[in-house]
Amino acid sequence: MNALIDFYAKHSRLIDQIGVNAILALSLSVSLQAGQLALAQAAFMGIAAYVSAILAMNAHWPLLATIAAAMLVSTAVAMLLALPVRRLRGVFLAIATIGFGEIVRVFANNLDALFHRTLTGGAEGLSGIPNDATTPVIYGSLALVAIALYLLSRTKFALAVALVREDEHAARGVGVDVGSIRMLSLALGGAIAGLGGALYAHASFFITPTDFGFARMEQILVWCVVGGVTSPLGAVLGATLLSILPEVIRFLADYREITNGIILLAVILFAPGGLASFWRGGAVRVRL
Amino acid sequence: MSLVLENIGVRYGGVDALRGVSLTVEPNRVLGLIGPNGAGKTTLVNATTGLAQLASGRIALDGNRIDGLAPHRIARTGIARTYQNIRLFGALDVHANLAAGAYARPGRLSDAEIGTLLERAGIPGADLSARAGSLPYGDQRRLEIARALASAPAVLMLDEPAAGMNPSETTRLVETIRAIAASGIAVLLIEHDMTLVRAACDSVVVLNFGEVIARGTPSEVGRDPVVVEAYLGTGAEALA
Amino acid sequence: MIAQQLLNGLFLGAVYALFAVGYTLVFGVLDILNLAHAAIFTAAAFAAYSLVAAGVPLPLAFLIAAVMAGIIGILLDRVAFAPLRARNAGTLVPLISSIGVAIIIGAILRGIYGVDERHFTLGGVDTGTTIHAGPVTFTSVEVAIFLAAIALMVGLSWILRATTLGRRIRAVAEDRIAAALLGVDLERTIAATFFIASSLGGAAGILTGLEYNSVTLDMGGPIELKGLAVIILGGMGSVTGAVIGGFILGAVETLAVAKGLSSWRDAIVFGVMFALLVLRPTGLFGKRALRAA
Repeated sequence: MNALIDFYAKHSRLIDQIGVNAILALSLSVSLQAGQLALAQAAFMGIAAYVSAILAMNAHWPLLATIAAAMLVSTAVAMLLALPVRRLRGVFLAIATIGFGEIVRVFANNLDALFHRTLTGGAEGLSGIPNDATTPVIYGSLALVAIALYLLSRTKFALAVALVREDEHAARGVGVDVGSIRMLSLALGGAIAGLGGALYAHASFFITPTDFGFARMEQILVWCVVGGVTSPLGAVLGATLLSILPEVIRFLADYREITNGIILLAVILFAPGGLASFWRGGAVRVRL
Repeated sequence: MSLVLENIGVRYGGVDALRGVSLTVEPNRVLGLIGPNGAGKTTLVNATTGLAQLASGRIALDGNRIDGLAPHRIARTGIARTYQNIRLFGALDVHANLAAGAYARPGRLSDAEIGTLLERAGIPGADLSARAGSLPYGDQRRLEIARALASAPAVLMLDEPAAGMNPSETTRLVETIRAIAASGIAVLLIEHDMTLVRAACDSVVVLNFGEVIARGTPSEVGRDPVVVEAYLGTGAEALA
Repeated sequence: MIAQQLLNGLFLGAVYALFAVGYTLVFGVLDILNLAHAAIFTAAAFAAYSLVAAGVPLPLAFLIAAVMAGIIGILLDRVAFAPLRARNAGTLVPLISSIGVAIIIGAILRGIYGVDERHFTLGGVDTGTTIHAGPVTFTSVEVAIFLAAIALMVGLSWILRATTLGRRIRAVAEDRIAAALLGVDLERTIAATFFIASSLGGAAGILTGLEYNSVTLDMGGPIELKGLAVIILGGMGSVTGAVIGGFILGAVETLAVAKGLSSWRDAIVFGVMFALLVLRPTGLFGKRALRAA
């Protein structure tokens, strides 16, 4: 028992990070499952992080209230983003959402100057955010997301998501309202990314706009691809593995990022289904 | 419920793909739609299911206009189809493909219903957890029919369901199609193979260059010199 | 004032354009978005820095580093794209594998050079001589960079229009299968495309390093994303469009700075890109100008 407590004391920060990262991976996994390479998760996360941090610091809202407000905002933003990009597919959707992320980053940098008051703290970011996203809060949230996604996986919505991913055209042919499904999956991803962002803010002492830039987006994408793009469990495992790995291979010092790249390449070249292909057979099951 | 197409016109980039086409698909009957390649047969199905825009005409199911509706709304009115190039959800399993067919229906497919669907489509005992894309070609065509039937359609449009099948499979397919019609569904069958058309269809409409050039029973149409002329060079032996 | 800003925009735009032509060339020929292009940009800048530090004369260092970037490009294709091409993996999977290669290149550079900024040791010629011409001021280095970028783009244009290789590249861009049937060696043509695209991207990196006399690990970050804006502006796959898009971006950025909007510069750039994608995804200059060129 003592050993366990020691272990936690030594690694609590990493353990918390893994939980937050798993939530972020799940948020992207939701839109990837609908076949949308929408790369705005880091932006949703950032918006929520700032909303929850500002409400906690300026208005002294309790943690859960800031999380709820942050998720509401990130969900609304995701739905608004879904409208203009509804006709974009593939690479073009990816580029448009990357652009959206950059615009959000610029706003995070400049909001204070625009309103002549301290909101986001500009490029230096916000520090002194209440550090109240404890390990139980983070893992409780992760569990709630997992349960919600599990329950959702047994609904017709999950079936529709799979059909849209496999063949939009044929999905329409069986009566799926493809536009709505795409928007809902983006909104759901936005909500989960919002949860992850709020927890990120309350688990870190400070946040800056660069925390939510393209590098973060790439990182989340890598977790999902390594785990398996159509598998929520895979996304969680991918995030966990790649969060732990840098700690395990500290001896590689400045070279250690290289393993992330090699693992990503190896998965794409040799196991295109990601880690998920190890427990999943050939066919994707969608059980109602 | 009858599907009525009146004076349908479809234009692609200034070219008439369909012009003034009228036809009625009635319950319990199989209407054959034949014609040379490029005659507009698939375009007609696409126009009905909302994938191709009408330049003129109207389409009604059971007296209600459906033209102009979004494709997924048309699917929900009770019109199901199969595709010339099979469009199963290939990476999903057989069960998910059937569930997809029943997507717009309230409730879920029971095991008994699944068994019935597979039987009606002629693949009883298919492995429900098999990847749809890994089934033998003929079974994929039949699974597509089962998926269409899962929506409990009033109208079923089959786009060359016998393509790639051998003669004995084709013979069995005729029985399948006749049984589907006998269950009260209005069937439109696009086909090249006149043997199949003769065996399966109650009546036939012939398209050429986007226009109806003949209609009648399969044997009447087979004797029509205009039809024979239209098929010349594209394989008149198909009519033999 | 405005003349000075436009001139600055011209200098900046030339490098953007040079970066983007390689980016868009790969897209035009292979329909894939190569997110390792910026990593090669950075790698070439570091290579040139090391060569200069080792006493190699700058023009030679430039040449060697650009060729090296081209070779990295060929390796990139062999490792990250060719296996996927063989299995028809579509356009999204290669995008992700190019991120993998970018991570690897970044990690290697970080391992070799660490995170500190590096400066070219050119012994006094780093800023060149300042030239005053009427209302505008510029340096000889800026002029040299501008001319080098223009020369490289003219060279690319000549290769694409007037050589057998260029005809092959255009044929593969037009229709890969038809080109193969006509006897074009696909893999060799694609390798050549990657060599050209990556050496141009590398050259843009070296010139950027010289322009600011600063080489850093994250120097490729901004241009990676702005390069996307450039190729969207020009129409993905259009080399001419990328050149024009690069100059437009340079002008917009410097004018934004001149109007006191420097902190909003990126939002303007990406806002325009977003609007174009939504309203006119083929860009300002049509979708396949490369193929019609």
